[in-house]
Amino acid sequence: MNSILTSKWTKAAVFLACLGPLGLLGWEALHHELTANPIEFITHATGDWTLRFLLITLAVTPLRKLLRMPALIRYRRMLGLFAFFYGCLHFTTYIWLDQFFDVASMWKDVHKRPFITAGFTGFVLMIPLAMTSTAGWIRRLGGKRWQRLHRAIYLSATAGAIHYYWLVKSDVRRPLRYAAVVAALLAWRAGVGLHRRLRRPGAPSLPRETPTTAETG
Amino acid sequence: MLIKRAAELSDADVTPKSVYLNRRKFLAELSAAGAIWLTGRSLGKLVSPGTSVLAASQLSGVVKGPFSTGEKPTPFEDVTHYNNFYEFGSDKGDPARNAQNFRTSPWTVSVEGEVAKPRKFAIDEILKLAPLEERIYRHRCVEAWSIVVPWIGYSFSTLAKLVEPTPKAKFVAFETYFNPGVMAWAQGTGLEYPYVEGLRLDEAMHPLTLLCVGMYGQTLPNQDGAPVRMVIPWKYGFKSIKSIVKVRFVKSQPPTSWNTENAHEYGFYSNVNPNVDHPRWSQARERRLGEFFKRPTLMFNGYGDQVASLYAGMDLRKYF
Repeated sequence: MNSILTSKWTKAAVFLACLGPLGLLGWEALHHELTANPIEFITHATGDWTLRFLLITLAVTPLRKLLRMPALIRYRRMLGLFAFFYGCLHFTTYIWLDQFFDVASMWKDVHKRPFITAGFTGFVLMIPLAMTSTAGWIRRLGGKRWQRLHRAIYLSATAGAIHYYWLVKSDVRRPLRYAAVVAALLAWRAGVGLHRRLRRPGAPSLPRETPTTAETG
Repeated sequence: MLIKRAAELSDADVTPKSVYLNRRKFLAELSAAGAIWLTGRSLGKLVSPGTSVLAASQLSGVVKGPFSTGEKPTPFEDVTHYNNFYEFGSDKGDPARNAQNFRTSPWTVSVEGEVAKPRKFAIDEILKLAPLEERIYRHRCVEAWSIVVPWIGYSFSTLAKLVEPTPKAKFVAFETYFNPGVMAWAQGTGLEYPYVEGLRLDEAMHPLTLLCVGMYGQTLPNQDGAPVRMVIPWKYGFKSIKSIVKVRFVKSQPPTSWNTENAHEYGFYSNVNPNVDHPRWSQARERRLGEFFKRPTLMFNGYGDQVASLYAGMDLRKYF
């Protein structure tokens, strides 16, 4: 299993799979299947995939721990960058296709419409993470500081789920499902953090488990 | 943006359709498998594209009615595959798929309340009460998209006069058919059912207010509110209640579905008004389906000459 995960071919396959949603959108565009309101359809599709990739990225750390597959970490940066990629497409769809660069109208949206404020915040928070995603930046910032900065993805995912929830008119079932996944992924981290704190010297002793190294995600 | 289907041959014409659909189904399932739970019904949209419209019958003897716009009607395909009819699901594509088994015959509309002659009308009677008129109206959704539809029907006042509203009647309440058996998708959409709407009596009696039984020369498709609906062109689309089974003339303002769901966002009047934004989006502009650029939204959806006097002296920010 590990050899599959560390193979460069697997990485290439995952990369291509991550482009799948964009390919599907292109396919649907060619076959006139973007509904009667193509701009809305593209906006929703790119938004959905931004949020999904944020969730997939956040799932990497819990999965590698729970499945004992540490090699999964090799995919985290790529998945996070795909979240940013679909976020860029989503944002571009909004400013170009939906608003057609009407700055006044967009400015009004950002500060007047809570759902746009939330979405915009989530997107802007991803920018420094994408910029500092390289090995050089990890070195420059130092592991600890880099890690602290990259916890901003928790805020991005939360903002994304809120953005979706505030957008819908009355059928909140789907946004709530995304919110539930975000909550579960963050709760897992909170649980791990709490566990670790309790196991520090001086803290009440807990049943011993496999020691965790200093990695978080 | 051009969204018309090209007339020339496409891949789908060359490959047998079943094979083509299977391949598409396979691809769609493969790419979406991990997200089924999240996407829910959107997967259904991928695997059953191009659902056909239920057979509608041609309406004969339709005459040109008043108030028609000269604007180009929106393609029939768009008006029948981009619908808000939450009883059949809350995605725009849901009603076209899910309303197929909705039986609209036999159908009776009960007209009652503060009237001298309460009466039940069979749909066949409604079709013959008055000459059917084609009226091409602009239709503006509260979600900031719009269409132009050649509706068929006659002024609601024609039917109202037959039941003789008493002086006590000040409002008219409408109710949509509801049967959770054929409208299972309503569950969880966040609205209370049956769907209800209402108008002030003078709004209901206005000649623009249409009792509608068809569109594009045919009876109404299920997803567009078969067999009989209201069309109030100067109000947001949700006021134009679909698939009506009950009309009640009443003394006081009746509850309306979206207002009940969220009074802060959806008022009783809900007149199209570019100057009063929905709390979550601007109403200043709209996207006409089929067009790339948004266009400015007109006061009362462009019907101000006819209806502005109904609201003389009213604060339309307060009574939005």
